[in-house]
Amino acid sequence: MTLLVPLPVILPLLGAGAALMLSGRPRAQRTVSLSVLTAVVAIAAVLLVRADQHGPQVAWLGAWTPPLGISLVADRLSALMLLVSAVVTLLVFAYSVGQGMTGDAREAPVSIYHPTFLVLVAGVSNAFLAGDLFNLFVSFEMLLFASYVLLTLGGTATRIRAGTIYVVVNMLSSSLFLISIAAVYAATGSLNLAQLAQRIEELPDAVSLTLQLLLLVTFSVKAAVFPLSLWLPDSYPTAPAPVTAVFAGLLTKVGVYAILRMQTLLFPDSPLTDLLLWAALVTMVIGILGAVAQSDIKRMLSFTLVSHIGYMIFGIGLATEAGISGAVFYVAHHITIQTALFLVVGLIERRAGSTALLRLGGLARLAPVLGILFFVPAMNLAGIPPMSGFLGKVGLLQAGLEAGTPLAVALVAGGVVTSLLTLYAVAKTWTIAFWRTPEQAHETAQALPNPGEEADTQHPSVTMVRHRGHVHVGGTAYAPFDLEAARRVRDDDEPDRDLYQLLRDDQLPDRLPPSMVLPTAALVAFSLAFTLVAGPLFGYTDRTAKDLLQRSPYVDAVLGGGSR
Amino acid sequence: MSTNLTLIVTASALIGCGVYLVLERSLTRVLVGLLVMGNGINLLFLIAGGRAGDAPLKGSTAPSAMSDPLPQALVLTAIVIALGTTAFLLAMAHRSWQLNSNDDVQDDVEDASIRRLAAADEASDSHDLATGGQDDDVRTEEGA
Repeated sequence: MTLLVPLPVILPLLGAGAALMLSGRPRAQRTVSLSVLTAVVAIAAVLLVRADQHGPQVAWLGAWTPPLGISLVADRLSALMLLVSAVVTLLVFAYSVGQGMTGDAREAPVSIYHPTFLVLVAGVSNAFLAGDLFNLFVSFEMLLFASYVLLTLGGTATRIRAGTIYVVVNMLSSSLFLISIAAVYAATGSLNLAQLAQRIEELPDAVSLTLQLLLLVTFSVKAAVFPLSLWLPDSYPTAPAPVTAVFAGLLTKVGVYAILRMQTLLFPDSPLTDLLLWAALVTMVIGILGAVAQSDIKRMLSFTLVSHIGYMIFGIGLATEAGISGAVFYVAHHITIQTALFLVVGLIERRAGSTALLRLGGLARLAPVLGILFFVPAMNLAGIPPMSGFLGKVGLLQAGLEAGTPLAVALVAGGVVTSLLTLYAVAKTWTIAFWRTPEQAHETAQALPNPGEEADTQHPSVTMVRHRGHVHVGGTAYAPFDLEAARRVRDDDEPDRDLYQLLRDDQLPDRLPPSMVLPTAALVAFSLAFTLVAGPLFGYTDRTAKDLLQRSPYVDAVLGGGSR
Repeated sequence: MSTNLTLIVTASALIGCGVYLVLERSLTRVLVGLLVMGNGINLLFLIAGGRAGDAPLKGSTAPSAMSDPLPQALVLTAIVIALGTTAFLLAMAHRSWQLNSNDDVQDDVEDASIRRLAAADEASDSHDLATGGQDDDVRTEEGA
């Protein structure tokens, strides 16, 4: 049965090759990709059951004698992540087929969408299964490369601009990852996670603290933990809707998974839990304040994504069984909910031609189904009972109160505030985009000063003084170059006309294609199903947390006990 | 374990130069910086491998005299990945040059608009939007 373990990685890779060969035949391509993704869902489900009943499933590749060679491990945590991500990627893929992204000549001149998407899936699966640090690095590179291509699909000016920042940031973090790997190898002489778990304990404190900090910074960039999260809200919103959805759902969670694995398996004594808790608090609060200030739905959601990463880091930072159990539940919940929301935003963009709040209005009448599809996951994100967002948050807050330290209590307060502000942000979006009439929207937009026009002609009262090569505005000095650059940068994807004008000119598609609505609805239903199975699922995450804290199930399964 | 000082000095010089170049605006310079830094990091792996020895070929060298083959395999993988990244970044720099006739890393849209608003001394759109719907009339008068 351990033969099953590598399949979630191998099948998508083979599928990618097949899809590339079938590049002239969209129908055959679609069949291959969909059947591969369905198979991955089935395999992940089997792995989940087996990991739960028989302990971690280990596969050694390359026929080396363990502990040499490459190990793939599916324990409870990996199997759960794998299953949730497989379901989500399948539905997102069905959505993108419905959107016609793959055959669209304008979007992608070569038929690269299918193969790239499958490589992304392979990378994500490999990251969850990787049993050694270097394999983890390779899977990060796989999924990052696929994401570079998907993010810059079509090569429009906006995507190249956002893509540049994304690629450079991620390459830097990959470099840092390589440095950490070199340091870990120099200190311990191994990269296998199970062996590292035994050897790092014997290192001097200063050395292991250095290693932990290096790895933590690396993974925090991927997971978008606050001081290292600034790349995310800028780059994600520019990609096509299904791509943003799968990025938002999965890529950051791979980083969170890596942090969780590292904290529990490699550094169980965790001298840095306080640092993690502070980072979690700042991520939650700053992220959600960013979301409140946004006037575009995609950007708003990107900021809530950053903010809610804080909840997961909170659970990991507590390092108690309840905390980790809550964090694992929250990751599973958040993958589905964030993906669902981005898919719905894709539908909004399709239906109304824009996602800028200034241009939207009256969607509840125009597309009632869309209203329901947005409302349910939005309330779930904010944590309205009885949905899974509420259950996940309650789990984490209880764990925080149980821990009882002043910092943990501060985080509980921060978590509640964040939850309320999330509700405010999504409710604001709901009211503006769905409730007011398109006419009101048009009038409001007209009344606001046009941000595109030059400032000094509109507001002669503002003093701009040029002094010693700087432009002084009020109390702040800017380099003239900076102001010039700031004026040049525009969002080129913005349409010229708002919903009201489009409606008046009757230039909107009449209805949404069912092939896009159905996968979205299925994903929303899947996220609601978390409520129904919440009891057993919390039981499962509790067992997961126990495994993670004990560490022996993982280490024994990989090393077969005793060996080192 | 004794370490090779030359390797350490070279690696730190390469990584230092790389970081400096990455801070540049031009994407090609950033790329060169990343490559220089990557080479420095590859040297770090050689340091991590411990003392230099003979070729690690089974049968030709005694196991005790071999150098550690694993870091070299890791470096090889890293080099291959760097090759792919270079190709992709060059393509992006070229596309950026086609579109903007330069390959500068551009500002974050949000950052730019904040700076624009600061220069104009205004509040952001969403600040006004938050009150949207209720006092439309008031604001229309203000705008007029």
